[in-house]
Amino acid sequence: MAGWKKINDLQPMAKYARGSLLGIEPLDAEEILSILKLARRMNPARPRPLLRGKRVVLLFYEPSTRTRSSFEVAAKSLGAMTVLVQSSGSSIEKGESLLDTGYTLRAVGADAIVIRHPNAGAPHLMASHIDVPVINAGDGMHEHPSQALLDAYTILRHKKTLKGLQVAIIGDIYHSRVARSACFLLSKFGVRITLCGPPEFVPEIATTLAPGVRVTRHLEEAVRGADVVMLLRVQKERLAGRKIKLEDYIARYQMTPARLKLAKRDSIVMHPGPIIRGLELTGEVADSPQSVIVEEVRNGVPTRMAILARALGKVR
Amino acid sequence: MSDRAKPGSLLITGGHVIDPAAGIDAELDLLLRDGRIAEVGLRKKLRGSADEKFDARGLVVAPGFIDLHVHLREPGQSYKETIATGTAAAAAGGFTAVCCMPNTSPVVDSPEWVTWIQQPERGAVVNVFPIAAATRESKGETLTDFRSLQRAGAVGVTDDGKPVLSDEIMRQALQLSSQLKFPVIQHAEDTRMTEHCSMNEGATAFRLGLRGMPGAAEAAIVDRDVQLAQLTGGRLHVAHLSTAEALKPIRRAKRGKVQVTCEVTPHHFTLTDENVVDYDTNFKMNPPLRSAADREAILVALSDGTVDAIATDHAPHALHEKLVEFERAAFGITGLETALGLAIKQLHGANKISLRRIVELFSTGPARVLNLRGRGSLAAGNYADVTIFDPKKRWMFHAASSRSKSRNTPFHGWQLTGKVIATIVGGRIVHRDD
Repeated sequence: MAGWKKINDLQPMAKYARGSLLGIEPLDAEEILSILKLARRMNPARPRPLLRGKRVVLLFYEPSTRTRSSFEVAAKSLGAMTVLVQSSGSSIEKGESLLDTGYTLRAVGADAIVIRHPNAGAPHLMASHIDVPVINAGDGMHEHPSQALLDAYTILRHKKTLKGLQVAIIGDIYHSRVARSACFLLSKFGVRITLCGPPEFVPEIATTLAPGVRVTRHLEEAVRGADVVMLLRVQKERLAGRKIKLEDYIARYQMTPARLKLAKRDSIVMHPGPIIRGLELTGEVADSPQSVIVEEVRNGVPTRMAILARALGKVR
Repeated sequence: MSDRAKPGSLLITGGHVIDPAAGIDAELDLLLRDGRIAEVGLRKKLRGSADEKFDARGLVVAPGFIDLHVHLREPGQSYKETIATGTAAAAAGGFTAVCCMPNTSPVVDSPEWVTWIQQPERGAVVNVFPIAAATRESKGETLTDFRSLQRAGAVGVTDDGKPVLSDEIMRQALQLSSQLKFPVIQHAEDTRMTEHCSMNEGATAFRLGLRGMPGAAEAAIVDRDVQLAQLTGGRLHVAHLSTAEALKPIRRAKRGKVQVTCEVTPHHFTLTDENVVDYDTNFKMNPPLRSAADREAILVALSDGTVDAIATDHAPHALHEKLVEFERAAFGITGLETALGLAIKQLHGANKISLRRIVELFSTGPARVLNLRGRGSLAAGNYADVTIFDPKKRWMFHAASSRSKSRNTPFHGWQLTGKVIATIVGGRIVHRDD
């Protein structure tokens, strides 16, 4: 089996397979724009058989609704066949290593692997040993590149350009791969980013993430004059673990219609989902005309179509 | 076998002899006989004759290097390393003695295992000094029987891999240590601050989405232990010290004549957490690579005498334990064969620390930490443990050519300065570079 030879290699392959998308951080602005441009030409309502005969494996070590279904619809809209492998009900449960799972999927004929994993860097490990494009669908607290791309796509449907925008990201930045990818992406376009939350969620070190990132503890300061207000899900168990009282968090950081008024009149409200009404935002905000939360999900499909087309070399 | 039993005599001629303990730093000849140092003297003035000669012109002749901190993985984990393979790597790295850690399977917490490690059947090619567990199974709950462990040959106690966290247990351990003249070696990590962490806390960890260990987790334990050492008169040795903050209590202790020593690893004086890229697990160890400021502070402490020894924390792991997700990978890297090359490159070359000081950190210093009689100096009558190296030789380290069973090193392909030419244990050459 080819895999056994590989696993005895001392050093990983020098480069990742072409078309891999492991994170936003290593991409340059031009590359990001080309993916977004391609995404605008993708229409799930009019399927294109660009990837006919290709096998896309969705390897999910963590639960997911949005990302998984979105990648699946995207792949199928391009004519690819999809195979879903989840940690429960597979050999992963029996203790198979990540790389052995990768070699197995490669042997089955995977042309691309979309992976979600609870550990940061898992897609990088996979991509450095398996010679098919690997797409990161979220790795631990690290990155969620397809989410950042679909968010940029969404913002650009409402704003002419990213440059000069003011974006507030509110909530648990520390644990959030969405926030990291968003910061990496927006920073490359000169966006001014304000991260907001209690120190347990938004440590000062977060300002080192990318140029143009600052931190505030005051919601009003973050939201005032913002073009985009991005909210993150608050996991109750994490509040408890960090000794933050739920009521205190709501009092200080919940997005309410009154607080949203501080943002620009034409600002939009974003959230990667799943949203918890009454916690990080009120129902009114979620359903307000400024909210693009549902649109983000919709935009996930063409964005991921573009990512898959790029991965499998069908960019033109 | 008769050779083994009687090492005969060996005359090392024309070398640059550095013996910090005796204040020797000159071109001298050195005669070894019957496993002991017979004489050190001016060139061609030695009276005794020798069976064999070693031309050491252009080379440094130093007291045998002693590594205070290695994991030889026996008993129980011979797939990672054995005493035979680990000591072969030690010999190649210029070490004539290594002190092996007790976090094996089972834990070395009994005199029987301490004896077992030292049996000739293990195939050690350099001296092996076992360090026994400080608490039963290293669980941190019940002290082991220090006296009988010492009698069996253990040179210290530690729960390495884990700290002795309990104040009371640590106090009792140091109390006993003061009676037995036996150091307690602490892996200084307040594990309550480092749960689920896989690298140093800081900008790099934040960017990579990895949970970071704060430097305070090390300093807090060192701080407490120094106070307990003062209280009890015990002997504390801090293993693999890695932070600027933890150096403060060490300095305070040394000024106040508290019996505290510490060691630093080559990877901590060479690399920082910024070197952790692409989730390469060969950059994952505990303590983790720290900040640039920590590294700077360690370089100062190596130079000014605060640090007593360079120790490798040689921690071999099988590929399948390293070729996994970063957060799931085993902590540790190998280090025996790269230690001298890194020390000369980083400390002597880049930071102008003298060769004499480097020799001290590898030999005299560690011998003092463990009070190893007859070692760490080339005085007549001492054990004939000698390390001969070329301080100028540049060479490339290839992990694949390592004598260790494992390959988990971040230094594969590195250009190093300073190469071990011969390692002499008890008067016999156990490694020779050709």
